Amino acid sequence: MSTLREHREHTDTTDEPTPVHPVTGSALRRQGLAALRLLVVLTILLGVAYPLGIWVVSRVPGLHDQAEGSLMTADGTATGSSLIGIDPVPADPSGATDPWFHTRPSASAPDSATAGLGPADPSTSGGSNEAADSDGLVKAVGERRAAIAAREGVDPAAVPPDAVTASGSGLDPDISPAYAALQVPRVARVTGLGPDRVRALVEQATSGRTLGFLGEPTVNVSELDALVHGAAPSAR
Amino acid sequence: MGDTAAGLLQLLALLVALGVVWRPLGDWMARVYTAEGHWRGERLIYRLTGVDPDSDQRAGTYAVAVLAFSLLGIVLLYLVQRLQGVLGFDQGHGAVDPGVAFNTAISFVTNTNWQSYVPETTMGAVTQMIGLTVQNFVSAAVGMAVAVALVRGFVRSRAGGRIGNAWVDIVRGCTRILLPISVVVALVLLALGVVMSLHAGADVVGVDGRASTIALAPAASQEAIKELGTNGGGVFNANSAHPFENPNGATNWIEIFALLVIPVALTRTFGRMVGNQRQGVALLGVMATLWGAMLAIIWVAEAHASGPAAVAAGANLEGKEARFGVPSSALFANSTTATSTGAVNSMHDSYSAFGGGGTILNMLFSEMTPGGVGTGLYSILVVAIIAVFLAGLMVGRTPEYLGKKLGRREVTCAVVVVLAMPAVVLLGTGLAIALPSTGDALGNSGPHGLSEVLYAFASAANNNGSAFAGLTVTGPFFQTALGVAMLLGRFLPIVAVLALAGLLARQPRVPPSAGTLATDKPLFSVLVVGTIVLVAAITFLPALALSPIAEGLS
Repeated sequence: MSTLREHREHTDTTDEPTPVHPVTGSALRRQGLAALRLLVVLTILLGVAYPLGIWVVSRVPGLHDQAEGSLMTADGTATGSSLIGIDPVPADPSGATDPWFHTRPSASAPDSATAGLGPADPSTSGGSNEAADSDGLVKAVGERRAAIAAREGVDPAAVPPDAVTASGSGLDPDISPAYAALQVPRVARVTGLGPDRVRALVEQATSGRTLGFLGEPTVNVSELDALVHGAAPSAR
Repeated sequence: MGDTAAGLLQLLALLVALGVVWRPLGDWMARVYTAEGHWRGERLIYRLTGVDPDSDQRAGTYAVAVLAFSLLGIVLLYLVQRLQGVLGFDQGHGAVDPGVAFNTAISFVTNTNWQSYVPETTMGAVTQMIGLTVQNFVSAAVGMAVAVALVRGFVRSRAGGRIGNAWVDIVRGCTRILLPISVVVALVLLALGVVMSLHAGADVVGVDGRASTIALAPAASQEAIKELGTNGGGVFNANSAHPFENPNGATNWIEIFALLVIPVALTRTFGRMVGNQRQGVALLGVMATLWGAMLAIIWVAEAHASGPAAVAAGANLEGKEARFGVPSSALFANSTTATSTGAVNSMHDSYSAFGGGGTILNMLFSEMTPGGVGTGLYSILVVAIIAVFLAGLMVGRTPEYLGKKLGRREVTCAVVVVLAMPAVVLLGTGLAIALPSTGDALGNSGPHGLSEVLYAFASAANNNGSAFAGLTVTGPFFQTALGVAMLLGRFLPIVAVLALAGLLARQPRVPPSAGTLATDKPLFSVLVVGTIVLVAAITFLPALALSPIAEGLS
């Protein structure tokens, strides 16, 4: 293997006139070969050893379940991820016996007629990218507000902002405590669990800001619906 | 605690943390780029690649090395994507489409990480690791190398235009700075819930009995270098808004810290290398002033619902995650566009007119507040040269900066660096708007539509990579035009900066005289801030008036 040798000495110390040092063809070839070899070596270090090293560490018990997506299981089958919000669909399409807490709207929800209310597609992700002055978004916000107010039996003005806006990921597992509180009476009535019991479940699924100041207080809908399902298994 | 109070505490914690590491990290990086000895592992790398690590290169050779390394990187990354199907571990995605592969290869090698594809359905684990992760490291290392070469140009006296060894600078940037910190950040992110899976997805059956598949990816390792190297390319389409990349307030804060820490600490490295800490502090002051001012604009704009849709919803939450809300989204958006990162934890296209306009303006300031790793430092040094030159014109003296005279050739190089980005952005945006096909590509109409195109070219030419993602960029025009914009936006300034470094390294270092402008004082910081704002205003005010400003005032 040839060694790339260049001028080692600082012999050239004149500053005027400008010395011209053309880069010759053979120098170009040597630099190109060095570049290619370095790319290959660094690919092994940074593209194979580094990520696989991190992956091996992630197999450690305690990290493994998070590394594989924080899956929640019931009776040995995965029911979802506590980090991924997929809006549950009630068995009765009219929604009259809807026992679930609902996530925020998603840009990947299948039915545009529901303005993003409905189950997200977790094989992809993203937001609506609608601008704040978009007519389409104004219309969608209005439709979401009306649909949610009807579902919960409340005044449309009572529906909080996070309930009528699609998240950035389309997979937001969290809602604001206000939106959770709005849904408590319906879930309590449909499941027969009673408001106090349901409020206690909401409490269980609520987290404050990390360290008291990082992020926002939220209610995790994925965990909450799993708790509701555990407490009232027959409700669909 | 209220939203604003918590947000301010978070900001304070960020500033304190950056302040704490500024000195040790900055000093460490200065040692990395000045130490004589090589680590044993590095010697092995030099032996395998056949380079002499003790040679000192002239600017021309240094530039050829950087360009060869980058252009071959583009070729290799293109091939990896095209051959993904036969390499294995592609999770069934098969070969990447040629247009996407072309754009992505340029995008990751230029440290832009613009993404015209949906990662979870396009890139297999093999491409994520041996293709994209590698370029996340080395494109950042190249940026730092060029910055350090420029600093050496100031430091060295009568060095015959020799500015160091590109191979050593690139290798050390990886082995001594980016890799060790990435390992730490990746492990912390892993412990806080970021995924690291070689499976394509997990099949789940929800409480309602519906089956679905949740996409997975080897995220933690790439997430760390994505932020640390100011790259920004998401493992998932939603980038850092995706709960698997950024699951909670703590990971969000760490990601913001990681994308700021190297560009900020490089000001200390610079001060140490030129032997006057206050020179570095003066530039840090410029960065902090503009970063803080832009944060205030974006935060206030987002915290007050404006625009009919946000008013109807009651808050500016479209495209934002519940766990981040407005303060953590605004802090991320400002930091990602003020560095050249371009990762997003919320969708900038759905920001208010002035909030989104703020993210565009951050990029139009040419990414130096604090800018990308290395790119931020060399960009602000070039503007400092322009500022010194302007001050010299006012008093009629030959301008000097850090003991080097700024003659015609030096200033010409600086002007090429400063004007390359605006030329690419304005010509590209103008060309795109003139094409009838662009109308169909827009996600929104009116002034906001122009914002989408302006954002795309600003993002590409500044190697940022974030997007007003409503714009459809998968057509041949945008794939090609943005690819070219990324190339020119990256390599025109690099070549000019290295030429400048060579010119400076040829000069003797002259001691300051009574007439020398003091460049280590707050007054100079003010002058540089003024220069940055003035250059951006002169070049971009007409375009901005027709896009975010028009939207905000209508």
